[in-house]
Amino acid sequence: MDSRAGVMDGPGGGPGRILNQGLDQRLDQILGSEAAKRVLILLALVWLIVVVVLPLGTLLLKSLSDNQGNFVGLANFVAYFKSPSLSRSIGNSLVVAFATTAIAVPLGFAFSWCLTRTCMPAKWLFKSLALMPLFAPTLLNGIALIYLFGRKGLITTGFFGAIPGIKLPLYGSFGIIVSEVIYTFPQAMLILSIALAVTDARLYEAAASLGAGRVRTFFTVTLPGIKYGLVSAFFVCFILAFTDFGAPKVVGGNFNILATDIYKQVIGQQNFIMGAVVSMVLLIPTCMAFIIDRIIQQRQVAMIAAKSVPLVNKPDALRDNLALACCGLVVFSILAFYGTALYASLVKVWPYKLSLGLSHYRFTGMGGGGYAAFFNSMRMGLYSAVLGTAVTFFTAFLVEKVRVWDRCRHTVYFLSILPLALPGLVIGLAYIFFYNARGWDFFGMFVPNPFNFLYGTMAILVLSNIVHFYTMGFLTASTALKQMDIEFEHVSDAMGVPFYKTLFRITLPVSLPAVLEVASYYFVNSMATVSAVIFLYSADIPLASVAIANMDDAGDTASACAMSVLVVFTNIVVRLLFLLCTKKLKARTQAWKEG
Amino acid sequence: MNFKKMAMTLAAGVMMAGSLLAQAQAQSLLVYTALEDDELPRYLALLKQSHPGIDVKIVRDSTGIVTAKLLAEKDNPQADVVWGTAATSLMLCDQAGMVEPYAPKGVDKVRAKMKDKNSVPHWVGIKAWMTGFCVNTIECKNLNLPIPSSFEDLLNPVYKHQLVMPNPASSGTGFLTVSAILQIKGEEAGWAYLDALDKNMARYTHSGSKPCKIAGTGELPIGLSFAYRGFMQKQKGEPVITVFPKEGSGWDVEANCLIKKADIKPDARTFLDWAISEPVMKAYAEVYPVTAYNVGAPIPDGFPGNPEAQLIENDFNWAAKNRMRILKEWTKRYDGKSDEK
Repeated sequence: MDSRAGVMDGPGGGPGRILNQGLDQRLDQILGSEAAKRVLILLALVWLIVVVVLPLGTLLLKSLSDNQGNFVGLANFVAYFKSPSLSRSIGNSLVVAFATTAIAVPLGFAFSWCLTRTCMPAKWLFKSLALMPLFAPTLLNGIALIYLFGRKGLITTGFFGAIPGIKLPLYGSFGIIVSEVIYTFPQAMLILSIALAVTDARLYEAAASLGAGRVRTFFTVTLPGIKYGLVSAFFVCFILAFTDFGAPKVVGGNFNILATDIYKQVIGQQNFIMGAVVSMVLLIPTCMAFIIDRIIQQRQVAMIAAKSVPLVNKPDALRDNLALACCGLVVFSILAFYGTALYASLVKVWPYKLSLGLSHYRFTGMGGGGYAAFFNSMRMGLYSAVLGTAVTFFTAFLVEKVRVWDRCRHTVYFLSILPLALPGLVIGLAYIFFYNARGWDFFGMFVPNPFNFLYGTMAILVLSNIVHFYTMGFLTASTALKQMDIEFEHVSDAMGVPFYKTLFRITLPVSLPAVLEVASYYFVNSMATVSAVIFLYSADIPLASVAIANMDDAGDTASACAMSVLVVFTNIVVRLLFLLCTKKLKARTQAWKEG
Repeated sequence: MNFKKMAMTLAAGVMMAGSLLAQAQAQSLLVYTALEDDELPRYLALLKQSHPGIDVKIVRDSTGIVTAKLLAEKDNPQADVVWGTAATSLMLCDQAGMVEPYAPKGVDKVRAKMKDKNSVPHWVGIKAWMTGFCVNTIECKNLNLPIPSSFEDLLNPVYKHQLVMPNPASSGTGFLTVSAILQIKGEEAGWAYLDALDKNMARYTHSGSKPCKIAGTGELPIGLSFAYRGFMQKQKGEPVITVFPKEGSGWDVEANCLIKKADIKPDARTFLDWAISEPVMKAYAEVYPVTAYNVGAPIPDGFPGNPEAQLIENDFNWAAKNRMRILKEWTKRYDGKSDEK
């Protein structure tokens, strides 16, 4: 029993204190019991069923029903595949996704190889700058491309006639693929640099002593060592490029893809049923990619044995300078890309009046909601960060540390990583169907929908974000929790300390860096995402990312660009704050790890 | 952490979640409109002045989207009133039985051809908007393109892939232009004309204003849009002039109607009275030459001396009745080039 519980309760004393103590102890017994743990895991399961399984199930049902709600089997899918203007998009989406993956993964590999296998200077700087695209709405990638490669773009006109221009066919597959490469490159780079960092120097020594040259070593040691990372990078890039809708919306031109088709069906024609059908078509390859990746990752065994020796790179002037040049080029391109967007948002009338000003940052007489939208997005980001972190961390804690009722726990685990395979548009549409329903008929009995009140509120926006970015938060928290010895829980159990006390006193403080990481991830992504929320926002809660989409639709590209720049700035500031906090925290609370 | 602290943490969490939920919509008037974003603030300021008690929630989108949204919500209407949306669209809603007839105060002053014929009108217009070409003079000079003055001129092969126009399925401006072409030329010749025009078209956009803004930035030299947009882009400093086609401009009435619901809010009728009242009509007239009734305002700069003569003979009933068929045919023929949405 924890005898300090009452003492810690502050200055209060006397009989009240004793009573309080008794109550606390009884509560500890109840909350610490096996039954309470089961109830909590059950709650986690119910939560995931309500926010993931039921909405997806509703979406599937809708795709099999007609407008009146009668079951029609696969009739809608037959109609879909009979209409070439729709089904052509499948091929288009696949082309975009494969091309993007084929470019982004090697690029990400080269970059992360330079970061982990050379002695080039300022690695941290290059790595941080290469992460820029993670902070931007993908709509901005399309918009920036217009200012570079559009008819009046910087490159096309050769900096307004200063040098010979280069004409590229921006609108269509070219523009989409370039945008998606920029979007997915940092993801591939992050995954691969983690894979490359985990290596055993003894393998390289062995290769060298066996007389293997650089090329041979590369193919026999380096590549096999990161094969799981490569697979992951491949699937992540594929899924992201296959399902993104921001950039194709801006520079897609005549090139229709699945994601934009869903949007066109739902918003343009209010044909929700066909939207559901296209969503299912989009979901199939995505889920397949997800499942294959999961199966392959399960085969992974620890790369690091107790005797592993970390790799120390030896300086090599030629190699290091080449690496510097490569990374420099990549980072310069990224900076120039977003720099162009910043410049375009400040130019008064592109390309006719190049004087600078803040007129596009006023957003007056503009659709989308202006600064109200921007501040709503910040609020939404904040709520998503706080609640999303709490929920994902607690679920991860239940799965990792509360070792009862395995079958239920494994289901919770599966449902927690499933959202990785769910595109935002699919979540958005599924939420419309599920949360907007007034109720359901079960064999003639009408059951009102208890969640209907959420529809059209800030709450559903936050909920959609929590689910959309659930997996990353959950996995980050799980990894942090796995690093802590399960013995803490065993000892607590043996001493009768309820698990939640261990959670709040030990587990949570130790995992604080991971908690902050999850929170900043939630904030940044909620600010930038457009796909799920564009179906769910209501007129009195406009959002920045939706405003960008709407201003672009109305042709106010410069203002759309300005709003995107605001989002990127906010995200960078939040990320810097996070880094600062983590640094301080680590200095204070994580010192024991170094020892 | 003991029970009290945990309870407090829990309570804080619940309160935070609760405050999110409490932001559910208050009782306000839901207004759907297709008026331009940069017009709305001026009008709404007037509303606030004269009717500070009315809390309006505006949902603005392109005509086609507003129409599709209204029709999709037929069984469970959300909007209380529709304001400034194409009469041809309101006629469709009327056919679907969604409109509650209402004669707003001052309706007698409204020109006969700008309101519904029934004694208690189903819809009442506020102003007319018409086709105008936005032509970027600098780009036309750079590309050696003549400035077009008629629909016929647009077929000149020098304009190949230089034109942009709105998709009539989503844009009211797009629809009124297509409908005008079919009415001026007759259906058969009209579609032949559109086939030929399609060869010169680089893209079709989602909204009616985007072609003009694209022309304004020089992405493409000529955009088929509507007159108001051209003048506004010029005011912003873009090198565009607005051309009114010689054959006459397609046009439609931007009109209001009351939506049939179980509980029609009294504010909805007050709003409709206000929407054709003299103060706001004067504000409409500042930028649109043809309003529901004459308020004696001078014709805005740049419009032809007799703007009403520029309008073609438009048969709204024909346009409304054939809207679905025209759009279906148009989508079949040209939709490959449309913007998303």
